[in-house]
Amino acid sequence: MKSLDDLKKIRDNAQKKVTMRGKNDGIRVLVGMATCGISAGARPVMNRFVEIVDKQDLENVTITPVGCIGECAIEPIVEVLIDDKRTTYCKVDVDGVDRIIKEHIIGGKVVDDYVIGKYRI
Amino acid sequence: MLERAHVLICSGSNCVSRGAKTLRDEFEEHLDRLDIRSEIKLVNTGCVGLCEQGPFVIVYPEGVFYAQIKPKHIKEICEEHLYKGRIVEKLVFNDALTETKEVLALDEVRFYKKQYKIAMRNCGFINPDDIEEYIAKDGYRGLGKALLDMTPKEVIDEMTESGLRGRGGGGFPTGVKWGFAYNNDSDQKYVICNADEGDPGAFMDRAILEGDPHSILEGLMIAGYAIGASKGYIYVRIEYPTAIEKLKNAIKQAKELGLIGNNIFGTDFSFDIEIRLGAGAFVCGEETALIASIEGERGMSRNKPPFPAAKGLWGKPTIINNVETLANIPAIMFNGAEWFGRVGTDKNKGTKVFSLGGNIVNAGLVEVPLGTTLRDVIYDIGGGIPNNKALKAVQTGGPSGGAIPEHLLDIPIEYETLIDAGSMMGSGGMVVIDEDSCMVDICRFYLDFTVDESCGKCTPCREGTKKMLEMLNIISSGHGTLETIDQLETLAKMVKSSSLCGLGQAAPNPILSMLDHFRDEFEAHVVDKTCPGGVCKALINFFITDKCIGCTKCAQNCPVDCISGTIKQLHTIDQSACIKCGACQNVCPVDAIITT
Ligand SMILES: Cc1cc2nc3c(=O)[nH]c(=O)nc-3n(C[C@H](O)[C@H](O)[C@H](O)COP(=O)(O)O)c2cc1C
Repeated sequence: MKSLDDLKKIRDNAQKKVTMRGKNDGIRVLVGMATCGISAGARPVMNRFVEIVDKQDLENVTITPVGCIGECAIEPIVEVLIDDKRTTYCKVDVDGVDRIIKEHIIGGKVVDDYVIGKYRI
Repeated sequence: MLERAHVLICSGSNCVSRGAKTLRDEFEEHLDRLDIRSEIKLVNTGCVGLCEQGPFVIVYPEGVFYAQIKPKHIKEICEEHLYKGRIVEKLVFNDALTETKEVLALDEVRFYKKQYKIAMRNCGFINPDDIEEYIAKDGYRGLGKALLDMTPKEVIDEMTESGLRGRGGGGFPTGVKWGFAYNNDSDQKYVICNADEGDPGAFMDRAILEGDPHSILEGLMIAGYAIGASKGYIYVRIEYPTAIEKLKNAIKQAKELGLIGNNIFGTDFSFDIEIRLGAGAFVCGEETALIASIEGERGMSRNKPPFPAAKGLWGKPTIINNVETLANIPAIMFNGAEWFGRVGTDKNKGTKVFSLGGNIVNAGLVEVPLGTTLRDVIYDIGGGIPNNKALKAVQTGGPSGGAIPEHLLDIPIEYETLIDAGSMMGSGGMVVIDEDSCMVDICRFYLDFTVDESCGKCTPCREGTKKMLEMLNIISSGHGTLETIDQLETLAKMVKSSSLCGLGQAAPNPILSMLDHFRDEFEAHVVDKTCPGGVCKALINFFITDKCIGCTKCAQNCPVDCISGTIKQLHTIDQSACIKCGACQNVCPVDAIITT
């Protein structure tokens, strides 16, 4: 790292990775993979996402492991970011992954059974 | 003429698309008709968020929030509220209504609303294995600013001005501590990140290490630049394998980009970071024991002074900061001390992360501005106590802290107020205790822990903690007297005042604070020989009430066969044989088994 400009360049290029701007930036799936998430079963959830996205060639979907957001009692937590809309799913299992992909990511309809509002007001 | 009411009509594009525009016309019409137009000011405002509930109309001075307003509602608002002063209840936005509405995202739920994220700003939002995501969130810009635009002295002044205090428990002002090390000349200095996190039940540091490891590296480097150190260590317990993995990867990526290494940002500042693994001993979180452990010695504390800032690792000036403290630093450097000072209270700036656990609905990590009340944390964020039980106390500070009783829940969370209440901030453990818990038993839990974790170097701690635990066991078994309680208190005070390090000095705190607030509960154990919480086995008896339906389940599950009775008849427990395991109570389908 030679200068602040180098850093800014990386920053500007990486912006896309963390924000969703415009319709064509795709869909971002965040899976909570801290110790609390992993012990609640986030690994098979993550693997399932990768597996299906790969199998079905869902090109505009990126899956990202992230840390803990503090809601450790209702892990595994999965967040789906589409445009500027964010949906938080909790207690996601492998069946839930299938439904989220089919109904939400492909079908465009939030899967009510797993949304955080079911567990927290 | 002075308007007596202001009506704000939300005119964000979302609301306009739902018909906010005609709302204004409706208001004009009805206010004119009622001849109060000149008394009311109509304002078109921008979006207030929460567009799901729009269009909004807000009426001041009361600040009444009307939601999902349609043109047909305006007549009623004008006639009832503005003309007669009666709020139209049925149109008021009711937060509770969201229960039936869709609540989709985390930041909409109550758990999140009173929180404020600084230390955990990136946790759960960026990929901790990808340095670019951290950089995208302005990562390493605080370091850049410090190295390029500020002298070490200015960095220290900025930290001091921000008011950040150590989050590892002591609450010592970080900038002031850095100043000590800065002023101690030496050919070599060190900075250490304390990621030992030994307080049972606390896991906020782990969450930060796993979710945002680069913030720790950046914080450590800023500290290094400030005091003149070129080497940093992260002391993390081996029981945190995921955190270690993330840290290793983060260090590797930062080295690849030249963010760790020589001549960072083209300046003459060079820095290296190494990880040191601890075996998971509570005492190794104490700074002098931690230093001994890194040096390859047995993890035992030593007398202070000299403080590590004067004589630390390998005898050189050393700064030790907690994980959460370090996570705050890049944000402070980048946004400035003044920005940080806007959150929190006068002497307690910023936020604190707590591990909320025990008898609480929403267990988890919460980050709140300092000065938030305990009640807000427990009820608004934590969702209260499960099963409609009453709250007895909140334990903060883990094995070094104390219990704060229900009547003090409205105190703001600050380093000083918690100490005044007989507890302490500690590293952030917060255990909620309900009415079915026994304070003697909880003391036993913590003392059991400190007996195990005492390093054994000084006698008050080594022997004292053991003796205190023995006394607690005597009280719990019903063999104690009032004198036992007095002796326990005397010993606790002695251990507190004469132990070598913070472990022993704080080990009696749970006992002292519980004796202070719940002495009657201790006395019940020795005088009435009862355990009010129904926990201490020697003092409780199981009985079957006539609610019994004779299902025989209890008898079948009793491990010592001490329950007799035939099918459809009231069962009884043979008290002389009962081992009080509670198995019968757990299986009874009609809650017929009680403890007395
Ligand atoms: C017995 C004992 C255990 C401690 N454990 C920790 C710990 O796990 N993590 C921590 O950061 N500080 C711990 N501390 C406090 C450290 O000694 C030290 O004050 C702290 O790391 C300083 O960092 P700060 O100024 O950023 O809070 C412990 C202290 C004692 C006496």
